[in-house]
Amino acid sequence: MEYLHPYIPILMIVVLAAAFAVVTIIASALIGPHRPGRVKALPYESGMVPFHEANIRLPIKFYVVALLFLLFDVETVLILTWAIAFRAPGAPMPGFQGYAFLVMLFFMIILVIGLLYEWRKGALKWT
Amino acid sequence: MSRLLIENIIFAVKIVVIFGAVLTAVPFMVLLERVLIARIQQRVGPNRVGLDFIPGLGFLKGKFIIGGILQAFIDGAKLFLKEEVRVRAVDPVLWRIAPLITLVPAIMILAIVPFGPPIGLNIFGDWYKIPLAITDLEVGILFYLAVTGVAVYGIVLAGYSSNSKYSLIGGIRSSAQMISYEIALSLSLVGVLLIAGSFSLSRLIGIQSEGVWNWNIWKQPIGAALFLIAGFAESNRLPFDLPEGESELGAGFHTEYSSMKFAMFFMAEYMNMFSYSAILTTLFLGGFYGPIPLPASVYAMIDQPIFGIVSGVGSAVIGVFWFSVKVFLLVCLFVWIRGTLPRFRYDQLMDLGWKVMLPAALVNMVVTAAVIALVAKPISAAPTPDGPALTIALLVAGVVQVVAIDRILTARKRRILGHAH
Repeated sequence: MEYLHPYIPILMIVVLAAAFAVVTIIASALIGPHRPGRVKALPYESGMVPFHEANIRLPIKFYVVALLFLLFDVETVLILTWAIAFRAPGAPMPGFQGYAFLVMLFFMIILVIGLLYEWRKGALKWT
Repeated sequence: MSRLLIENIIFAVKIVVIFGAVLTAVPFMVLLERVLIARIQQRVGPNRVGLDFIPGLGFLKGKFIIGGILQAFIDGAKLFLKEEVRVRAVDPVLWRIAPLITLVPAIMILAIVPFGPPIGLNIFGDWYKIPLAITDLEVGILFYLAVTGVAVYGIVLAGYSSNSKYSLIGGIRSSAQMISYEIALSLSLVGVLLIAGSFSLSRLIGIQSEGVWNWNIWKQPIGAALFLIAGFAESNRLPFDLPEGESELGAGFHTEYSSMKFAMFFMAEYMNMFSYSAILTTLFLGGFYGPIPLPASVYAMIDQPIFGIVSGVGSAVIGVFWFSVKVFLLVCLFVWIRGTLPRFRYDQLMDLGWKVMLPAALVNMVVTAAVIALVAKPISAAPTPDGPALTIALLVAGVVQVVAIDRILTARKRRILGHAH
């Protein structure tokens, strides 16, 4: 359990921050005036009366961006761990850095081919 | 009392002190921003509310910047006392927790920021080494990336749950923008991680000690620039403030929030600005180390134990001073850029993220790894700076990359402008 000790303050600060936010929001809601009205409760639409609910359709582009993000984020996780191991002392074999570099270069080439394909297909194009 | 209990009490004290200090700093940052923006736009800025409350200083009213010193506090109090307007048909649960999800990660990042070198404290005859950071995680950078990732949810949920078209568009835009730049943000740090060989922030600072020439910005100019730009995008500040572009979307994702719930988003933005400047300082600008190191004899003199209770006070004071100076200058840079640049168009924003920053980050990573494999040895156990050979090699590689990026972007601009005619 010793290795968990540096994480105790993270727990403390989460509790403190959440408590601070909840207490100030509730206190402000209790102290402030409360005069609801039918027009006041309408969503803002530049002074017009909104003519339907806000479940509007959005361009599919946002969905494509989310998919691309998922792919690249998984690759980022791999790259970050690789970066830490790259200069670690006690390499498992001589010439370890060159080997690690070539492995990552190979991975990067595959990654860049995918990126170029997306680029060519117009997945990154917004207009 | 057991050692574990005392250490936990020290943690709690540090959390309360740092949380209180940053919470007090937020109104001053708001004031600083308003004053600087006013000066940039040749206005006077806030100069009224303040000195009336301090007896004997009323004659200074309206003469100096300091005249508005209480403006931000008064604004906070005003927000606190305002009515909370509840819009019809909001999603009740998500709408209430969205400000919390935005603010809590912004505060959580403070947990890993190192403010100064450790001090020693004598409690009941035992010496405790207290780092001037709330905690020193082995996985500090991973923690930072994970927590900044959570902040996206708050903004998206705020936009989605408000039942307003402006909020919805702001939230969706924001999610696409933040996830796009998050990749560039993570990849821009790979160079630094390659050099340090660790996620730990104390190690990342340790390798930047002993002078300005050891700072990581010389080894990673591209990484620092990408991290700077991605940070602007992640904190939704101009020129990347499309989620809340006033002239297009009302107030964007927080259009329907009022009173203290709005103040949560507001505070989170400034806290993000602060913690982001602090992380940039720590990773690239030498953290709490000054530009020129003092001789070891001076440190030995100023770090003498005082009354046998605390030691290392001198270097802690110097460290906190340099850290504050750097963070202050970076916050001023944030404001300066807000006062200078116009807002991006959305397709330009996405272009910059995916077609410029992502390839640049990937190339920078490969080049840095190649240079390290050629020049550097495996890291030592203690965090000490690398020799000048690595710095010079990486600086040359960085300059070559800057020139190459400039060439490519200029050619691309010519091509696009050529098509337009």
